[in-house]
Amino acid sequence: MNILVCISHVPDTTTKVKFSENNTKLDTAGIQWVINPWDELSLTRALELKDDAASGVKKVSVAHVGLANTEPTIRKALAIGADDAYRVNAEAFDAHQVAAELAEVIKAGSFDIILCGIESSDYNGSNVGGMLAEFLGYPSVSGISHLGIEQEKVVITREIDGGKQQLTLPVPFVGIVQKGIAKEPRIAAMRGIMQARTKPIHVSEPKAADAQTSVLNFEPPEPRADCKFIDPENPKELITLLQNEAKVI
Amino acid sequence: MSVIVYTENWDGLFKKQTFEIATYASKLAEMLNTDSIAISIGNVAEEELGKLGNHGIKQIISVTDDKLKHFDGQLYTKVIADIAVKESAEVLVLANNNCGKALAPRLSVRLQAAIASAVHELPESVNPFKIKKRVFSGNAVSLNELKTKTKILTLAQNSIDIEEMPEAAAIETYTPDLGDLVSAIEVQETEKQTGKVLLTDAEIVVSGGRGMKSPDNWAPLLELAELLDGATACSRPVSDEGWRPHEEHTGQTGKIVAPNVYFAIGISGATQHLAGVSSSKYIIAINNDKDAPIFEAAQYGIVGDAAKILPQLVEAVKELKSS
Repeated sequence: MNILVCISHVPDTTTKVKFSENNTKLDTAGIQWVINPWDELSLTRALELKDDAASGVKKVSVAHVGLANTEPTIRKALAIGADDAYRVNAEAFDAHQVAAELAEVIKAGSFDIILCGIESSDYNGSNVGGMLAEFLGYPSVSGISHLGIEQEKVVITREIDGGKQQLTLPVPFVGIVQKGIAKEPRIAAMRGIMQARTKPIHVSEPKAADAQTSVLNFEPPEPRADCKFIDPENPKELITLLQNEAKVI
Repeated sequence: MSVIVYTENWDGLFKKQTFEIATYASKLAEMLNTDSIAISIGNVAEEELGKLGNHGIKQIISVTDDKLKHFDGQLYTKVIADIAVKESAEVLVLANNNCGKALAPRLSVRLQAAIASAVHELPESVNPFKIKKRVFSGNAVSLNELKTKTKILTLAQNSIDIEEMPEAAAIETYTPDLGDLVSAIEVQETEKQTGKVLLTDAEIVVSGGRGMKSPDNWAPLLELAELLDGATACSRPVSDEGWRPHEEHTGQTGKIVAPNVYFAIGISGATQHLAGVSSSKYIIAINNDKDAPIFEAAQYGIVGDAAKILPQLVEAVKELKSS
């Protein structure tokens, strides 16, 4: 069984985002780029399954849509332990374009389980996984908080509103993964970093899918009013304010 | 032409978020000079369906089929897409919850419709179609243009007020054409929380962080939540330590919530935590560090020890309730 983890290249989650060109572009100066946190957890789980011989997982690959400047992020995934990587050489402007390009990689390869993070921490769309499944005509399961393979069957826990469901399904499918799938993201060891240098990154040219959306501009969110401090010797005042001023309780 | 809204039900009942998306779809339909139509899948009584009419829905299409008993992205997409084509939907509206997030992208590919997810207000203009959404985990807002004929929106919870716009909504039953499609997913077991306010539905959330010092100190926090009909939550370190269950973790990688009131107790307010709670209408911070970043996000704050302050808040709420 082969697993493909789709990875997004995003600003480090502690980045203070700034915009340039009249607030139409993300100002990338000084940004530290990382693997999207949920994709990193998916990759970690995929590698845990591969480490367990009983799972039957033979190979873990990663795929990414981006220009050559995103390769350090791909190398990081290889250093963590992915066997090889696929990069579609395109600057993607929306989820539609990313999913259309990833679908081409998958159609040309041989993958049983395709994993995507629930959302990317930059545009927070939550769309690539579902779109990819639809392009491929595969079933998809979202909100996965556990993924296992027992006797060649995929066993999944999916989070539903107010609870969870245990389910099984055949491969191939697209799994959209959230918190819980792995405890901590796996960290690259020195040996992995050395090995990553020689692992293959298969680069392909885009099939030129069009973006369906465009960002016209960015703006910072509306500032909140200054914090009103309440005397710690009289905390009951808070409840009075919530009742009479904010009128929320 | 129409605006279609997919209304999910929970054991045959709608929730507040259903009426939010119904209101939103009806107001959007007004902007487009057309009607809003709701789709309901599963067994929902006529009386419950009729409630959608209070929020401007003109027509309700009710779909029941044994194959649709469990949620399946592929099957539900087929049903909704077929109806969208039949009703010449210009915009489809879904809730930005688990189901909405699973369906919207599939529908987007099926209907060649551009998507804007987790929108929090009506479009700025409909021709061209321009709409805002939060990006970078709440640290910015982007104005987006959706360039396709059909569009899909998912609406963030608690971002618009429910409005009464009474209509005599006609209920129509629809028999889906599923052909030989069957769900690939076999559901083995479903566990549901009962008797508790769900974190994602709660109007008031009381959340504790490492400043609570020990899992043994949670009793007054739980009591405050219960008195306020709220849900309890926690920060990531607290769930990682096992002090509270993972389901309670709010923040970027946990649950994203937007209640009316979010109490952050002993939570310093790291960027990743704020990313999951910053859309709350009011943030109340209680922390013994006056420089904690949570106070920059909060409207009300108390600098002090949670262990001393919480019991007094509990007492104040009790007094309020008995007065």
